[in-house]
Amino acid sequence: MAEIRNYTLNFGPQHPAAHGVLRLVLELDGEVVERADPHIGLLHRATEKLAEHKTFLQSVPYMDRLDYVSMMCNEHAYVMATEKLLGITPPLRAQYIRVMFDEITRILNHLLWLGAHALDVGAMTVFLYAFREREDLMDVYEAVTGARLHAAYYRPGGVYRDLPDRMPQYQPNKFKSEADVKRLNEARQGSVLDFIEDFTNRFPAYVDEYETLLTDNRIWKQRLVDIAVVSPERAKALGFTGPMLRGSGVVWDLRKHQPYEVYDQIEFDIPVGRNGDCYDRYLVRIEEMRQSNRIIRQCVDWLKKNPGPVIVDNHKIAPPSREQMKSNMEELIHHFKLFTEGMHVPEGEAYAAVEHPKGEFGIYLVSDGANKPYRMKIRAPGFAHLSAMDELVRGHMLADVVAVMGTLDVVFGEIDR
Amino acid sequence: MLSRIKHFFDTFLLTELVRGMSMTGRYFFARKITVQYPEERAPQSPRFRGLHAQRRYPNGEERCIACKLCEAVCPALAIQIESEQRADGTRRTTRYDIDLTKCIFCGFCEEACPVDAIVETRVYEYHGEKRGDLYYTKEMLLAVGDKYEAQIAQDRAADARYR
Repeated sequence: MAEIRNYTLNFGPQHPAAHGVLRLVLELDGEVVERADPHIGLLHRATEKLAEHKTFLQSVPYMDRLDYVSMMCNEHAYVMATEKLLGITPPLRAQYIRVMFDEITRILNHLLWLGAHALDVGAMTVFLYAFREREDLMDVYEAVTGARLHAAYYRPGGVYRDLPDRMPQYQPNKFKSEADVKRLNEARQGSVLDFIEDFTNRFPAYVDEYETLLTDNRIWKQRLVDIAVVSPERAKALGFTGPMLRGSGVVWDLRKHQPYEVYDQIEFDIPVGRNGDCYDRYLVRIEEMRQSNRIIRQCVDWLKKNPGPVIVDNHKIAPPSREQMKSNMEELIHHFKLFTEGMHVPEGEAYAAVEHPKGEFGIYLVSDGANKPYRMKIRAPGFAHLSAMDELVRGHMLADVVAVMGTLDVVFGEIDR
Repeated sequence: MLSRIKHFFDTFLLTELVRGMSMTGRYFFARKITVQYPEERAPQSPRFRGLHAQRRYPNGEERCIACKLCEAVCPALAIQIESEQRADGTRRTTRYDIDLTKCIFCGFCEEACPVDAIVETRVYEYHGEKRGDLYYTKEMLLAVGDKYEAQIAQDRAADARYR
C-alpha cells in the first residue's frame, strides 16, 4: 500500500495574498488544511525599543508606521496615553478633529480591506472603486497634514495645525480642458471641511455600489458564508476585538463602552453580526463604514460652528506659535527646550486604548519622570487575530485560507511592530 | 412562499450578477477619473512634505544658523551638522547633511527650525541610482532651495497663520 503523508506547504512570505509578509506553514491533507502555523517577525522594527530612546514627541511618527493603513488611530492611542500621564485634556476642537480623522482613517482602512479582500477572493472591480474613494480621503489627509499616509498630525495635547480653509485644486493640462477641471474642482471650492462634507454626502451611494457588487453575489457568498465560524465565547477567549468580535455577535465597542474624546456626544450605532462567519464580518465592516460616515458628518457640523484652539496652551507641552516664538524670548526658550529635550512626563504608568479599525489598539506607557518613556508596550489587535489563524482554518480548504486572511484584516506593521 | 419563488427565479436568472454587471457597465461609459501622470498631476497641498531644501534670505545669505534644533529633534537621526564661526563673527554651518534614506519625512525639522531655513518642499520627483545619491549635502540642499524658492515662499505664506 502506498504511504500517504500530509503535504507541508509554505504560504508566503512573498505570496500576494499573504498581505505583506505573513509566512504561513500549512499542513495539508489533499486540499484540506490540517494545521496552520503563522510565522511572524519579518517586519519587526523594534518600535517598542525605539520608543525608549526617543522623546515623547519623536515617537509620534513611528506610530504611523505600525498599522500603516490606519495611521492616525495608532497615533491617537499613543497621544492619549501620553496625555493620561501628563494629566491634560486637549481642547474640544482638537478632540473633534481627532474623532473625525479617526473615522476617516476607519473608512480608509475598511476600503483597503474591502478591496484587498475582494481581490483575494476573486473580485477585481471593488478594489478599483475602493481606491477611487480612498483617493478623496488621501487628499484630505494631505491637505491637513502634508502627507498622504504617514501623517504625524496628532500631538500630546491636541493636533499640530488647524484644518486649512482651502482645498488643493486640479490644474488644467493637456488632458483636461478648463471645463473638465472646473467640474473636478467643484467640491474643492470651499474649505477642507466643505470637501469632507461633500464626501459624506457621496459616500453612502458608493457603499451601496460595493454592496451591489458583493453582498448578494453568489460567488462572494459561496466563498464567505460559513467560513471560519467563531462562536461568541471562543471569540472572547481568543482575545478578539473590533469587527472580529462584533462579527460573532458580541456587542463590544470601546467608542461606546469606554468613550474617549467626544464619542459620548456623538450618535452612532455599532453593527453586530449573528453567525460569526466571514460573511458576517464583511457585513459588520460595511455597516461600520456607514456609521463612520455618520460620525464624520456630525464632527464636520460641529467643527464648522466652533472655531478655537487645537492644542493646549501650556508651552511646557506644546510648542508656542511661530509668531510668539519669534517675538518673545521666553517662548523662544520654550521652543528650544521642547525640540531638544522634549517634555518631562511625570512618573507613572498609563494604558490608553482606542477602537482602532481592526480592534482594540492600546499603548501602555511607563514613565520614570524623564523625557523619554521608560517602557512602551503596544497592544496590537492583529496579533490576537492572527494567533487564531490555526483554529479558524483547520478543516477548511486551501482556498479558504485566503478568505480567512482577508477577514482577519492583518497588517504586518502592527503585528511585528 | 413569495420569497421562495423570488429565490427560485433569482437563482436561474442570475439577477444579482446582472445587477452588478450593469453597474460596472455604467462605469464603462462614465467619465474617467484617471489622472494621466506625469503630464497631469493630482492636486497638491501647500503643506506637502517632500524633498528637503535649505533656504536663503533675499540678500543671498543662507538662513541656517547652525542651532542644531533639527538635528536634535530628528527622530531618525538623519541630519548631521557641523558649524564654525565665520570671519564676520556669524555662526554658520560648514556641514549640513541629510540622509534621505534614513529620513522618515515627519516634518519635525521644519517645525523646529527657528529661522525657517530647513523646509520640506512639494518636490517628490527625485531619485538616486545608488544609496549614496540620496545623501544630500549642504550644497545640494541649498541648490534645491534656490531652484524652488518662489514656490517654497508661497507655500509658507499660505500656511503661516496655522503654525
